Amino acid sequence: MLTKRIIACLDVRDGRVVKGIQFVDLIDAGDPATQAARHAREGADEIVLLDITATHEGRATLLDTVRRTARELFVPFCVGGGIRTANDAAQVFDAGADKVSVNSAALSDPTLIDAIGRSFGAQAVVVAIDARRDPQAADPVRDAQVYVRGGRKLTGRRVVEWAREAESRGAGEILLTSMNSDGMRTGFDCELTAAVSESVGIPVIASGGAGTVAHFVDVFAHGKADAALAASIFHFGVSSARSLKEELAKSGVSVRLPC
Amino acid sequence: MRVTVIDYKAGNLTSVLKALRHLGAEAEVTDSDLSLVETAERIVLPGVGHFAATARLNATGLTPTIRAAIASGVPFLGICVGMQWLYAGSSEAPSQPGLAHFTEQCTHFSSSQEKVPHVGWNSLEVQPQSRLLAGVELGEYVYFTHSYKAPVTADTASVTHYIEPFASAVERGNVMGVQFHPEKSGATGLKILNNFLHWEGTTC
Repeated sequence: MLTKRIIACLDVRDGRVVKGIQFVDLIDAGDPATQAARHAREGADEIVLLDITATHEGRATLLDTVRRTARELFVPFCVGGGIRTANDAAQVFDAGADKVSVNSAALSDPTLIDAIGRSFGAQAVVVAIDARRDPQAADPVRDAQVYVRGGRKLTGRRVVEWAREAESRGAGEILLTSMNSDGMRTGFDCELTAAVSESVGIPVIASGGAGTVAHFVDVFAHGKADAALAASIFHFGVSSARSLKEELAKSGVSVRLPC
Repeated sequence: MRVTVIDYKAGNLTSVLKALRHLGAEAEVTDSDLSLVETAERIVLPGVGHFAATARLNATGLTPTIRAAIASGVPFLGICVGMQWLYAGSSEAPSQPGLAHFTEQCTHFSSSQEKVPHVGWNSLEVQPQSRLLAGVELGEYVYFTHSYKAPVTADTASVTHYIEPFASAVERGNVMGVQFHPEKSGATGLKILNNFLHWEGTTC
């Protein structure tokens, strides 16, 4: 049976993890390669490395980071942040990533999705969408808006429509972050996740808002998510992706266990 | 162990090479050098992407060379589209013939409420006689990402259920294929690749 994925996310700046899953009993080494390997060992189904380096010089560091992280990693590995062209993507794949995640660059030029998909296959293209409900709209969920720059800039696109366009252009997965829920620990936006998941035929990864194990149960059951991003497992009262999955299994969610 | 990995420009080989080298294999890549196929101790045909990309194997003359290597007993492993190429063809690119080592056709998943592509970790029902999957226990998971699949037949080495049962691995003598990505399937995947590297047996 196909299982629901728990994806560990590491935010990286200048080659160091600045925000990511931290464990109660382990000192955060800050090294992406070390942390990614640990998450894989401790049951994460996939690793996402999100580069938040702002500078041009940081690009070379990123490729080195990807290379070091990929070296001993034998689960799917996705890299996002700063990928503006098909050539940027090619370099990241060459360094060992299996997928790239594109966000604002794809909004500026949607053909970027087609271009990466054509060269590397749809399975290698994840389109990340930062979504915010529109409280003024008649239907705040169906009319939820796409934002960029950390939720500060409105793009004028609706989330569901952009997800559909991304799919038609050859995206393999959608990574949906609810800007309303992000950091709130009050649960994923299950309604919005379900609206997107039911509108596309490709998997949807839910992100933003998790605070308890029950929130993950909800987003799989009611949010129709195929995977969920765990950005800070420490806050969920469990010590690893494996413990999270053991709790999910008790609630009837099909997960990869033992892992 | 010298492993020749065939590059037919259908995506990224980095992960496959990394996994083979991690297991101690000496992995070389070729996109046209027939001598690397002729002298290979093992051949791996990876592939993520479109079945039509396998046309390049014919254009470069690799197809008859691979066929000859297989006939001489060299163990061969096709991964994902590389597995599908072992069949007569795929409805993804009907005009493009496969190797036809296995005579069936690969087809798209039937339409259903489930999502296609099939992406994520799913389990294997391993046939007990499989050498490639030796030591893989019931309930171990591997990573899939595909929209087309091979039918379950007498040569099926493992069955996986998604929408319908399909062949997640195929094996007859020295010719093997896996629909999933062993290079992305953690310890289970490495065990399977290691079985391939240490495969000893009779040709088909």
